[in-house]
Amino acid sequence: MKLNERSLAFYATCDTPVDNSGFLYKKGGRHAAYHRRWFVLRGNMLFYFEDRASREPVGVIILEGCTVELVEAAEEFAFAVRFAGARARTYVLAAENQAAMEGWVKALSRASFDYLRLVVRELEQQLAAVRAGDCAPPPRRPPALAPKENGCACAVWSAEPPAPGPGPAPAPGPAPGPAPAPAGAASRSRPGPPPPLPPRRRVSEPNGPLHAASFVRLHQQYGQEVRALRSRWLRSRAQP
Amino acid sequence: MRYNEKELQALSRQPAELAAELGMRGPKKGSVLKRRLVKLVVNFLFYFRTDEAEPVGALLLERCRISQEEPSGFSICFMEDPERKYHFECCSEEQCQEWMGALRRASYEFMRRSLIFYRNEIQKMTGKDPLEQFGISEEARFQLGGLKA
Repeated sequence: MKLNERSLAFYATCDTPVDNSGFLYKKGGRHAAYHRRWFVLRGNMLFYFEDRASREPVGVIILEGCTVELVEAAEEFAFAVRFAGARARTYVLAAENQAAMEGWVKALSRASFDYLRLVVRELEQQLAAVRAGDCAPPPRRPPALAPKENGCACAVWSAEPPAPGPGPAPAPGPAPGPAPAPAGAASRSRPGPPPPLPPRRRVSEPNGPLHAASFVRLHQQYGQEVRALRSRWLRSRAQP
Repeated sequence: MRYNEKELQALSRQPAELAAELGMRGPKKGSVLKRRLVKLVVNFLFYFRTDEAEPVGALLLERCRISQEEPSGFSICFMEDPERKYHFECCSEEQCQEWMGALRRASYEFMRRSLIFYRNEIQKMTGKDPLEQFGISEEARFQLGGLKA
């Protein structure tokens, strides 16, 4: 598959702030050695360089549809980026200390575009609810953000005083209802030869956890999983 | 640059934000317009030969500019080389506007700016940080200072 690699390389090395960076050891393959690489996380792209001064990445791991787990490995402070699928690759990485490992696991598990979009949709609903002055979700989708660089919304809603601490809008149940996609959104069917557009999209793979639960519950669930894994790992470390 | 191609292929099979058959012309001089099934998934634009299951290619939509090209087409170019344009032909002005809007909103960086904007607005109106309940209020990537022109 062709990929705009030159643009990717520029994205990797541009001067906007990165989401995380640091040295990690990367396992070459199942039976290979670890190589120390300089890692840069930008958005849902995890780039790795030969060293910190390199102008071009050795490679990139695209972080959609993956889970981040602690692993039992000979190497200390190891964790894995695991993809679903029969012959999918698992990337085993190791940090240089506990704090770095925890920082990376947290950053990587929240790096996907899907996750960010979920949070944005949640906040979009909350803002609409706050502006409407009550707790109910808005009766219709808020207008799309103007397609400009700075993403500032059109000030269309009436300027009602904010309700005192309304709390989060109640989750509309499975697959957030009217997905606040941009105006002119994806699932209008069109006449003519092009194939019909897919149904209103679900946010992740059909069997993935993201399609069924409210965002808050999901977040708590992931948090619990991470905590459980961590305490299990700590206990295993305590044993000789 | 190495990349996890299998995962990218799997991503191309995910439900799309937008998908349609469009005319597409690559950036090289002398490129010919070809019919392609074009599919927008997260911040990637995949393009397929109309009868094939695996994409011919993918474009990561970060640091790119979407411009209208008369009469009912648009182009994508990347900031490091604005002369290199990927051209797309739509079947109507309406379809063209729909695609341009969707592509402009498809970058991670755009999403991040939206999040920061909403967070700031909610905080101004309620005095509360909406990210606190998700435990991500301290994440560097969502701080106001991250907003750059």
